[in-house]
Amino acid sequence: MIEISNLTKIYKTPQHDVLALDQVSLKINKGEIFGIIGLSGAGKSTLIRCINMLEKPTSGSIMVDGQVITSLAKKDLRQTRQKIGMIFQQFNLLSSRSVFDNIMFPLEISKVPTVEARQRVHELLEIVGLTDKAQVYPDQLSGGQKQRVGIARALANRPKLLLSDEATSALDPQTTKSILTLLKDINQRLDLTILLITHDMNVIKQVCDRVAVIDNAQIVETDDVLKIFSNPGTPTSKSFIDSIVKQEIPDEVFRRGSVKAGRLVRASFIGESAGEPIISSMIKNFDIQANIMYGNIDRVKDTPFGNLVLELVGEENVIDAAVDYLHQQGLEIEVLENV
Amino acid sequence: MFEIIAAIDLNSWIISLFGDKTWIPEKILIATWETLYMVGISTFLSYILGLVLGIILVITTKNHVAENKSINLVLGAIVNATRSIPFIIFLILVIPLTRWIVGTSIGTIASIVPLTLAAIPFVARLTETSLKEIDWGLIEAALAMGASTWEIITKVLLPEAKPSLILGVAITTINLIGYSAMAGIVGGGGLGTLAYYYGYQRYEDSIMFITVIVLIIMVQAFQMIGDSLAHRATNQGR
Repeated sequence: MIEISNLTKIYKTPQHDVLALDQVSLKINKGEIFGIIGLSGAGKSTLIRCINMLEKPTSGSIMVDGQVITSLAKKDLRQTRQKIGMIFQQFNLLSSRSVFDNIMFPLEISKVPTVEARQRVHELLEIVGLTDKAQVYPDQLSGGQKQRVGIARALANRPKLLLSDEATSALDPQTTKSILTLLKDINQRLDLTILLITHDMNVIKQVCDRVAVIDNAQIVETDDVLKIFSNPGTPTSKSFIDSIVKQEIPDEVFRRGSVKAGRLVRASFIGESAGEPIISSMIKNFDIQANIMYGNIDRVKDTPFGNLVLELVGEENVIDAAVDYLHQQGLEIEVLENV
Repeated sequence: MFEIIAAIDLNSWIISLFGDKTWIPEKILIATWETLYMVGISTFLSYILGLVLGIILVITTKNHVAENKSINLVLGAIVNATRSIPFIIFLILVIPLTRWIVGTSIGTIASIVPLTLAAIPFVARLTETSLKEIDWGLIEAALAMGASTWEIITKVLLPEAKPSLILGVAITTINLIGYSAMAGIVGGGGLGTLAYYYGYQRYEDSIMFITVIVLIIMVQAFQMIGDSLAHRATNQGR
């Protein structure tokens, strides 16, 4: 759906040039929800703005739905933009227009006949659940309702791609959840590709299929969300995951001097293996003791995902074999400490 | 019944105020009309032209929808130059132009030329300020939808700035009332001429006094109308 190759963006200022994007290449598949996560200043905002050319890249190319968007003439670009929806952190609704007329706006731009456009607005109001707010003005709406209007407006011209620029960052956790549910819902119902940027790993966890981690103008890691959660490949990814999955082991665990020969490991398990009695079969098969220090289970999009910190006590070679066994069962193992 | 009493009272009130100089109220009425006429037409013309100029000044700034450095610089310089000339000097400077357009430089219609010309850059700066208050996010959202520059002006900039543009009309009108009095001193007609020739040169204190009262009422009225229209535009649909 989107193919970004060697995208570079340099902001020229009188003092010095700022490199916002450095040779970024990415492929986003049709129908997926793709997340780009990064801290503020990492370049994610520039990246998403390049996709509909709100920012002009310094070099590199972007292909959206088979069209090289970076080399379109002005008029063609306007046509193409009508088929790319966008939602914003600050909603960006026109205060001079009612909810109904705000959703009419993109239909006016694409010159849809009024009768047909009004019909479409009613459909959209239904999709986002705001039928009763049609004649209300934006400043009387809550943040969540404003973003629903934003989503309805972005969907008006039946886009194939929706760009989400920190769409939930100004919302409370409860509202964020309901907006994310709506995005997940329209992704499936309308076969819509969604590209979102965020600094919040929770957003990635709840809706994304794949994620790219951007740090210092570069994409440092791209992977399935589940894989990144179970096995982050870079310190940046790891710190994002740590920010929402409590992985730190209390100091007391390390300070316990009682264990003479043992090993502290973290096992991460995804999907089906989360439901299997792997630990108990390990204890049955190997002559070791397993002491559960910490555990949690969470959900990444629609898949269960768990973390378990185990203290394994026994002969060194038996522990090795047991760890191998866990690995074979599909768990990711990380040795935290050899005692 | 009440109307009759009021009419009689008004008559006797006028007589008690002006004595035998019954020509005074008539003069004041005519002068008031001339002032309203001059100010009305020059506000209308200068607002339209100033609005266009203000829009161009905004959209040609760096990173805006129709960025154009040279147009922006030239127009900005013209606006600043015009605004830095005191109106009383400006009046005299444009006399040849006024003569060329109207045929004379004396009278109410002739005054419309300098009044309009002087107010255009003023309106342009007011418009610029109003339009720059609009959150860039709104323009970005419209661009993302594929809006053209014209659509951004007509569907985003002007509607969103409407309350503040309406206040701008009131401010311009009030400013022009002041300017028109100055134009009156050099023969522009209206309340300024009346106050200067009769009030000042012929020592008719009552004319001076009433002129001031009429001007105060006019300014109050325009400000109140402007405020209430702007308020209504802000709260439309509520």
